[in-house]
Amino acid sequence: MGVQKTALYDLHKSLGAKFVPFAGYEMPIQYKDGIVKEHIYTRTGAGFFDVSHMGQLFIQGNENLSKTLEKIIPADLKELKLNHSKYSFLLNDKGGVIDDLIITKRSKGFLIILNAACKDKDINQISKFLDKSIRYSLDRKNSLIALQGPKSAEILEKIFKGVIQLKFMQGGEFRYEDSVSYVTRSGYTGEDGFEISIDNKKVKNLINFFIENNVKPIGLGARDTLRLEAGLCLYGHDLDENINPIEANLKWAISKRRRTEGGFNGFNIIKKDLENGTSKIRVGIIPEGRIIAREGVKIFSEDEKEIGKITSGSFGPSLNQPVAMGYIDTKYSKEGTAVNVKVRDKIYNAKICKLPFYKKNHFKGGE
Amino acid sequence: MSEVKFSKNHEWVKTEGDTAVIGITKHATEMLGDIVFVEVPESGKTVEINGQTAVVESTKAASDVYSPISGEVVESNKSIADDPSKVNADPEGEGWFFKIKIKNKSELDSLMSSTEYEKFKKENPS
Repeated sequence: MGVQKTALYDLHKSLGAKFVPFAGYEMPIQYKDGIVKEHIYTRTGAGFFDVSHMGQLFIQGNENLSKTLEKIIPADLKELKLNHSKYSFLLNDKGGVIDDLIITKRSKGFLIILNAACKDKDINQISKFLDKSIRYSLDRKNSLIALQGPKSAEILEKIFKGVIQLKFMQGGEFRYEDSVSYVTRSGYTGEDGFEISIDNKKVKNLINFFIENNVKPIGLGARDTLRLEAGLCLYGHDLDENINPIEANLKWAISKRRRTEGGFNGFNIIKKDLENGTSKIRVGIIPEGRIIAREGVKIFSEDEKEIGKITSGSFGPSLNQPVAMGYIDTKYSKEGTAVNVKVRDKIYNAKICKLPFYKKNHFKGGE
Repeated sequence: MSEVKFSKNHEWVKTEGDTAVIGITKHATEMLGDIVFVEVPESGKTVEINGQTAVVESTKAASDVYSPISGEVVESNKSIADDPSKVNADPEGEGWFFKIKIKNKSELDSLMSSTEYEKFKKENPS
């Protein structure tokens, strides 16, 4: 299969995008302003991201479908209200993460947003559990655009009336020109924002409206530093099939009922880990000075024992310091613990830090 | 008059008598993107021709900076280690990396003139 392009490819090009191959797609890594400016702009104004390479999987079904999906996804799908979303995972029988995802209850079934690189294996796994009568399809008619940043709501409200009332992790259908878009208040940057599933034929008009309203294009480079500051995992780096959600410090994403009742892939292992703790765990790490500890950098204790590895690391533009996360022997995972990282054969001091590095309050309704 | 010469690794070399000032070209900074970390060598360090001498990191990746000529480091630009954005702002001026006491002047002959470098960039787009 050749390289795929999103409906916005030419528009990205006209905006000065530099492209990189990503999960079989040519995607913008940055535009003219560069990663640092794009990052800061998302934190202070609003930026848009073309995330159309991600999978928008729609599975049609009723209550029985909730039961079926609960076997592979540890979210509380039975209790999930219409147009509400949850961050969750697709698990293998060892509890390892096949993919992390956002699942939303729609009127006729579930919408699942999947990582681009995992689409095929995800669908393969999900289809094994579905009855033959269940219909599912990967949406190719709609682009997926993330609008992120503190100014997102006021800007989007101009064209999608009522969107400002959506609470974090809730969605709804909104008319745009003569088509219907599905908008959720969500994102992966740590900022307030929305994800908009919109007809490929209409997406350029939406982007032009954004540009007229001073929304800037943001590439994958800034998306990575934004999610890293927000302490969010990147699949294939911070998560994979040999890591379970408890080790990833994501047990909050498994509801209380599911933690007690289980009934999902890998529950026997996850149950044990919930009771006894895990031998390694994902933590935040801040190296001293300006030293950047990137993926693969080894972590050592003060007495020179190898105790872990960095899985994501870069410079955090909003914090103006390097930030990293990785897996570490649980004994050393307490916030504030002094550790060492080995970069270019030299040892540097670092300390264990609480995640996220950067936190903003999401819109939960009320005032 | 000092002359500026260029390497295929996108470093520039400006000779001032027996010493040479070395940095990375504007083109290199454009390829790297926002520079967020720089490590410069200690004075007294001996460097081989095209030997790894400094490190530069953008948000995306880490890259080595090589010395296009051999010699001994006599001074390093500590100010770019404190504020790496200076390299993006003025790569061929305030953003210099290190100064070297030239060991073998003939090594300069194999480097490119600015016209040659312009041509090289066009023929080798990144």
